[in-house]
Amino acid sequence: MAPKAAGLAAADQGAEPAAVRAAGPVRRRAAGAGLRRHWQRSAPGYLFLLPSVAILLVFVAYPIAESLWMSLHNWSFFSSSHPFIGLGNYDTMLHDPRFWNALRNTVVYTAVVVPGQIGIGLGLAVALQRNTLVNKFLRSVYFFPAISALATMGIVWKFLLDPEIGIINHLLVSVGLPDIDFLQSTTWALPAVIAVGIWKSAGFSMVIFLAALQDIPGTVIEAAVIDGAGPWQRFRRIILPLLRPSMLFAAVIATITSMQLFDQVYVMTSGGPLFHTDTLVTYLYDVGFQEFRSGYAAAISWVLFLLILMLSMLQLRLFRFKEID
Amino acid sequence: MATHSFTTGRPARSGGGNAYLDRPWRWWRLLPTGTKWVALIAGAAIVVLPFLWMLGTSFKPEADVFGYPLRLQPTHPTLSNYAAIWKELPFLRLIFNSVVFAGGVTVCSLFFDSLAAYALARLRFPGRDLAFYLVLATLMVPFQVTLVPVFQLVFDLHWLNTYQGLIVPRATSAFGIFLLRQFFITVPRELDEAARIDGASEWYIYRKIMLPLAKPALATLAVFYFMNNWNDFLWPLVMTSSTSMRTLPAGLTLFAGQYVVEHGVLMAGAVISLIPLALAFVLAQRYFVRGIATTGLK
Repeated sequence: MAPKAAGLAAADQGAEPAAVRAAGPVRRRAAGAGLRRHWQRSAPGYLFLLPSVAILLVFVAYPIAESLWMSLHNWSFFSSSHPFIGLGNYDTMLHDPRFWNALRNTVVYTAVVVPGQIGIGLGLAVALQRNTLVNKFLRSVYFFPAISALATMGIVWKFLLDPEIGIINHLLVSVGLPDIDFLQSTTWALPAVIAVGIWKSAGFSMVIFLAALQDIPGTVIEAAVIDGAGPWQRFRRIILPLLRPSMLFAAVIATITSMQLFDQVYVMTSGGPLFHTDTLVTYLYDVGFQEFRSGYAAAISWVLFLLILMLSMLQLRLFRFKEID
Repeated sequence: MATHSFTTGRPARSGGGNAYLDRPWRWWRLLPTGTKWVALIAGAAIVVLPFLWMLGTSFKPEADVFGYPLRLQPTHPTLSNYAAIWKELPFLRLIFNSVVFAGGVTVCSLFFDSLAAYALARLRFPGRDLAFYLVLATLMVPFQVTLVPVFQLVFDLHWLNTYQGLIVPRATSAFGIFLLRQFFITVPRELDEAARIDGASEWYIYRKIMLPLAKPALATLAVFYFMNNWNDFLWPLVMTSSTSMRTLPAGLTLFAGQYVVEHGVLMAGAVISLIPLALAFVLAQRYFVRGIATTGLK
């Protein structure tokens, strides 16, 4: 038994090195080459992705998680301990009159500016859709505010609305209306901010609709003309339904931008008078970067995000409820 | 049928059997057109008013600003405001900061975005889909959500009031990656397959084949990045506190908020800060428009 085993072992020993000698190095080289080839094939992908993915992970993905984490803590920028308070920040928000006021102002602004900019943008696009020289010039004029800095133009608007030197009050008085100190008035400050918002963004919507109008085949309109459809019918029954996808698109973009209202408020009114133009983002800025209550500011930013998400989904449903698209 | 002009798409004046086309001409049928043009021109006047006032005031001596009756144009035009702005503000520094910030973000983003987009559109490797989901997820979240933690991060890195603090967190964007990926996908595969068979490296294919093809998309994206960052307010406001690191909008705004302000000087600054984008708009309007129309940038 033992010799047999030894013999077997010997045979094994004899056989194995032979087999290893025969196949082993080859197999090992094959595996190594496979891995190397695999790596060689994948490496460019990883290298090409590296800068973007690193930046997105460090400065976007991680901060998103961190922001949620902060919002669950009593987190002050300058203190070293951040006690966990669960939904405490969100609970504080529920009972925070300044938050509700800011939310109300932001919603009012959005509810006026979004339909306003889309209505005016659509009107402009329809009126200026033919490619004449005059139309092209007017399009550029209407679009121009969209390329200007809202913060800088906010300064200009502040001067235009000034009761002393402002040309708008001058015009009001010259037609017999009372002098209004718009930005110091609790009644008129928000409407003034809204007007500037529409001034800035109507041309932006116009461009979206112009592109969409250009995609409508001329034959469709010609067929309608032959069938006896007047201008209004053509607009209402043919052009408008065909513009639905771009309406959705314009509305979603406009809503997202409006909910993030900050620049012109900060410059024109700083949220005043008496918080009448305070918005979610100006409040967030004050809490996060003036009072340095990072946890509470993070909680506000999450509420803003959820509101934007909800409104976008609502619009997706609203614009799609009837038909195919 | 013959009465309808197919080339212009406009109905002919008279013809048989069509109620709309057969209506007789009346002067009041010009009313809608007249109203339309009055409205268009009045609207355009409102739109340009702030720009005209800004331009006019920048050439006014301070007394003219308060002069009565109010005018858009200066009565005694002067260039003194354009001379004073450089003294009353570190204005050259503001311009330099804006150029470095907006230019830096634009250049880095175009480079990194196109690299990542090429990998996502053309290369195969484990984890690619995961990377794509990461891009899509970050695309949805508004930047205010990350503002507080990023401020903390930049503070911990001692990057507040530095160019890297302003630029690096924005040196790529999910949006740009997504846009360029969608573009690269439409490029016929035969082009890079042929190059690959000839032994070209991925870098060579990216650099010599894909990037030249993507020029219009890159130009559109460049305009978008440059404009948004040149005009941005909240980000530089949070990431910088020293006057010497402010960009133009933030710097001018803080100057406007200070004690006594000379309106003409401020408006001269506003005019100068608008010039680069206005020039770019005149020269390359289609890139501004295409950016919005085809992709909904912003």
